[in-house]
Amino acid sequence: MAEKIGNVWIFIEQEAGKIADVSLELVCKGRELAGKLGVKVEALLLGDKVGDCVETLYSYGCDTVYLVEDPRLEPFTVLPYARAVVDLVREHKPNILLFGATLKGRELAPRVASEKLGGLTADCTDLKIDDFEDKKNNQSYTNKLMQIRPAFGGNIIATIVNTWEDPQMVTVREGVMKMDTPDPSRKGKLVRVKPALTDAESVVKVIDRVRADKEIDLKGAQIIVSGGYGVGSKANFKLIRQLAEALGGEVGASRAAVDAGWIDHDHQVGQTGVTVRPRLYIACGISGSIQHVAGMKESKKIIAINSDPGAPIFSAAHYAIVGDLNTVIPQMIKAFKAKA
Amino acid sequence: MGVETVSYTVLVFVKQVPDTQNISGDAMTPEGTVNRAALPAIFNPEDLNALELALELKDRYGARVVVGTMGMPAAAEVLRQALYRGADEAVLVTDRALAGADTLATSYTLSCCAKKLGKLDLILCGRQAIDGDTAQVGPQLAEKLNIPQLCYVEEVKSLAKGKITVRRAIEGGHEILESPLPALLTVIDANEPRPMNAKRLMKFKRAKTASEIAKAYAGSNYTDAEVLAEQQSKLEKAGLLIREYSAADIGADPGRIGFPGSPTKVKSVMSVVLTASEAKSIPATDEGIGLLIHALISDHTLG
Repeated sequence: MAEKIGNVWIFIEQEAGKIADVSLELVCKGRELAGKLGVKVEALLLGDKVGDCVETLYSYGCDTVYLVEDPRLEPFTVLPYARAVVDLVREHKPNILLFGATLKGRELAPRVASEKLGGLTADCTDLKIDDFEDKKNNQSYTNKLMQIRPAFGGNIIATIVNTWEDPQMVTVREGVMKMDTPDPSRKGKLVRVKPALTDAESVVKVIDRVRADKEIDLKGAQIIVSGGYGVGSKANFKLIRQLAEALGGEVGASRAAVDAGWIDHDHQVGQTGVTVRPRLYIACGISGSIQHVAGMKESKKIIAINSDPGAPIFSAAHYAIVGDLNTVIPQMIKAFKAKA
Repeated sequence: MGVETVSYTVLVFVKQVPDTQNISGDAMTPEGTVNRAALPAIFNPEDLNALELALELKDRYGARVVVGTMGMPAAAEVLRQALYRGADEAVLVTDRALAGADTLATSYTLSCCAKKLGKLDLILCGRQAIDGDTAQVGPQLAEKLNIPQLCYVEEVKSLAKGKITVRRAIEGGHEILESPLPALLTVIDANEPRPMNAKRLMKFKRAKTASEIAKAYAGSNYTDAEVLAEQQSKLEKAGLLIREYSAADIGADPGRIGFPGSPTKVKSVMSVVLTASEAKSIPATDEGIGLLIHALISDHTLG
């Protein structure tokens, strides 16, 4: 009989007791993976007085929540978090461990992987269960996690497999996995854990911390109007805002527009920004680099407006408008106001 | 006030990378995939920010800045560029046995290199390299050396009494962190790397690794070991020798480097090809746009 494999674990990221969207997205993806493997989905929830998050995790499908509470786990610093996660991994031997590819996740996961001497793949955009033939070493593996990620500046998509001892660890980009509807009637098992922290993990002190929740929510937006370098100037970006406002959407931007200083980085869509999947995405004056398209190609409908008929963005679009955005955008606003 | 002595040793790890950010038409194959060989090799952008931070520390507090890299012999070029900008010494770790390293094997190799260099106060690296964008090597290296990691650093607030205080980015804001030394910092694009210094360029363009010295003599009739050793010691005296280490030189365990030391294997690679989809062409007229908006309202995409 085959050796029993471990469960699928999700590192739950929280800030002031609010669970990060990416963690819930990963719980939903974790359920799918665990279903294929016939194992459980389990959450690692670390912090101080964060017990209120537990019910939410059950409702998204966690079978077990390991609740690790300690005043030294708030605010987040990487050393005590890594200590607590590594200890739990060693004790319970999960098969898979997923982290969000956030600033915290991308700092914590490699520290954990290094101590565990395990493989780690960054910024995955898809995960699957499949078999793997390692022809070079003449080994075959069944039911491994296929870790799919863009590399080389987004110009290639690589499928990576961890061939060493479990867990198979990855970080996953925000917004790429679908979040299912929670079911409040779902229940799970709570396991309280007292972390074995020492002074060695408390050497880094947080002297000051300034943060504000993002004012814009691109990931949750159903309609996004994005501007690129073709918008031409900071002043002209008001056209993008006007269209977004008229349609009840949010304002997005390409990296070129952000780099030009026309709009804040919080609005950036693409590989180094946010990945979005709205009902409607309108790309105005965006040429359509691979990096940008990677962040919006899952949108249900894409309209591209560009004066260059050869712009690559048209390859990703459902509707192509070759024209000057300075006239097309007012035409759209007018048409929408007339019909709506 | 006495003469200030050099008190800190700062090691900056850098990487030579293909320029994936500015892929021009020349670097694309007719199939729409990237021809890597056609991409210029550059100094990884955020590693320049790390070097700049180290040089600022040198200016402010006095420090010996050592720049190191793991790569092909040609990666000596980024080390020279660091010397032109103000680094004091350079180290190249190069060995065929290092090929195929993933981030775990790379961080192990760099940890061996750091240990070989003796007492260090700070290790700096860019947050991530543009060829892989993983941001994993910095934290893994810190763990291997069992020192704290301060990630996404924007600036150093102070360095005194065995402690460093930095400002670093967090989601939706920033944090001030204080850590004992030694510590590892990963640095983000938050400073303006200084240009190369003309005087330093004139001096350090002659800086070479042992392999480069040997290569310069390749084909000549008197390339015996003695000549090479003499050249090497001449450069060393002039402060122009880029130290070159093999995996054995840094005491690396062969099972933990390169392909054998890498738990992650690439199963397959697919080039991203922007294929033409069936975009519906909408005329940029009042009528064309009116019909589009109408269609989008009818199917509840809008409104």
